[in-house]
Amino acid sequence: MSATTVDIDRATTPTDVVVRLCGVTKSFGDKRVLDGIDLDIAPGEFVALLGPSGTGKTTLLRLLSGLQRPDAGTVLVPPVRTVVYQEPRLVQARRVLANVTIGQRGKPAREPGLAALTEVGLADKAREWPATLSGGEAQRVALARALVRQPQLLLLDEPFAALDALTRLQMQELVADLCARHRPAVLLVTHDVDEALLLADRVIVLRAGGFALDRRIDLPHPRDRDDPAVVAHRRDHLSALGVTPRHSPQEH
Amino acid sequence: MTAASVLLAPALEAPEFLGAKTRNRWLSLLLRGSVPALVLVAWWYTTTHGLVSTEVLASPGQVVQAFWELVNTGQLWEFGLASFQRAGLGVAIGVSAALVLGLVSGLSRLGEELVDATVQIIRVVPFLALVPLFISWFGVDEAFKVALIAVSSASPMYAYTYLGVRSVDRKVVEAARGFGLRGWRLAVGVVVPSALPNILMALRICLGISLVGLIAAEQVGATAGIGYLVTLAQQYYRNDYMVLCIVIYALIGIGVDLVIRLVERTAMPWLRHGTATA
Repeated sequence: MSATTVDIDRATTPTDVVVRLCGVTKSFGDKRVLDGIDLDIAPGEFVALLGPSGTGKTTLLRLLSGLQRPDAGTVLVPPVRTVVYQEPRLVQARRVLANVTIGQRGKPAREPGLAALTEVGLADKAREWPATLSGGEAQRVALARALVRQPQLLLLDEPFAALDALTRLQMQELVADLCARHRPAVLLVTHDVDEALLLADRVIVLRAGGFALDRRIDLPHPRDRDDPAVVAHRRDHLSALGVTPRHSPQEH
Repeated sequence: MTAASVLLAPALEAPEFLGAKTRNRWLSLLLRGSVPALVLVAWWYTTTHGLVSTEVLASPGQVVQAFWELVNTGQLWEFGLASFQRAGLGVAIGVSAALVLGLVSGLSRLGEELVDATVQIIRVVPFLALVPLFISWFGVDEAFKVALIAVSSASPMYAYTYLGVRSVDRKVVEAARGFGLRGWRLAVGVVVPSALPNILMALRICLGISLVGLIAAEQVGATAGIGYLVTLAQQYYRNDYMVLCIVIYALIGIGVDLVIRLVERTAMPWLRHGTATA
């Protein structure tokens, strides 16, 4: 982790990063959830941010999406960034395609919108109302809505947490596939170690206001959760999270 | 053999059914209609058998006769139209003003600070208290009537619109802002459609209340309208017409309700499709 100078402005931002956090601090009452965080994310890098509930994962993501201001430090982000939340957050009163192209003006948005829906396998649902979709389908629409803008930074706020186990696996594959094709920088916030290890190029464990572990995962995709290398990573990440597996995962 | 090693099977029974019991639709409909029908029969019986004087309560037959009298003289349409125009104009003015104010204060912090407190103060004043003041301002002509109806319908419209806009899912609004929707495009594209159920419910309540405004307005200085008919009936002591007017008001109320229901079905197609998930 390179902790560069705190005082950077946009003009001097190096072009090889899409996210730069310097000395970012955020407290809620007496609790300091982020304590002088430094983080650079490279273009196309898939970063997973792990941490138990209440450690400030989502706060960090909200800082990046502009929904919260840091108490101290600098937050620099690229101009085009989109978010997929835990809930689909679709506008029930607009059809699926209109939800995907929301905020974009006029007819030209239609074709890319349909293309994005095709990519998530929902081209035939373009004219449907969101209420008719299943939870997984709605989340795929939310993914299409985020991708259609061709973001330089894609923020994923526990996007699989509310899905059932089977749908979750399919969604994870879809996200891995689409991110590999479009190559946005991704920050995935999750509390699922396996998910992080299957998807990310780099996994960071957030604990007690700082990064307890920041590790590059140089394994080829697609990954197998029983691969010894993955198992070793999992053990390290779990222990960084403060969880000691009672029996070694190899015993499965 | 020890007691612990033997598991005795209990006597089995079918579980008592605790789910919702299905009900015959026709039976349900019949039961629903039975009480009003009984009241009608009681009305007819007591008034035609001298148990209740027709001076006190006209019989159903007399009311129907009075109805046909009105239809044949053409007064029913004339009076109905006059009332409809007043109510329509008054509601249109009151509802659109309140809708705009409700949206402004529901959508923007500044709007809320400027509008809400004032409107809430006006809202608690019973609009009937404004009758003398309005007469002195507008006279007893149409302007007074329309203004009274407008004020009567504005209050609930404002309150429900404001509430509706406020109860739109903050998370969805937050997401829409993240995708670049701001200002009036956010209002028209996301907030208003999401608040539409509340807004239409407000419209339904407004139209009901505007009938009260209509009665109050037509008691004064009217020469046509259903409220005027009530006044006439009172002056000439025509009990049949008094009851007929009540029946007409009831029918108008039901009619208005049906129209709004139809609007609700056509204006919000997304509510008819599937069950809403987050």
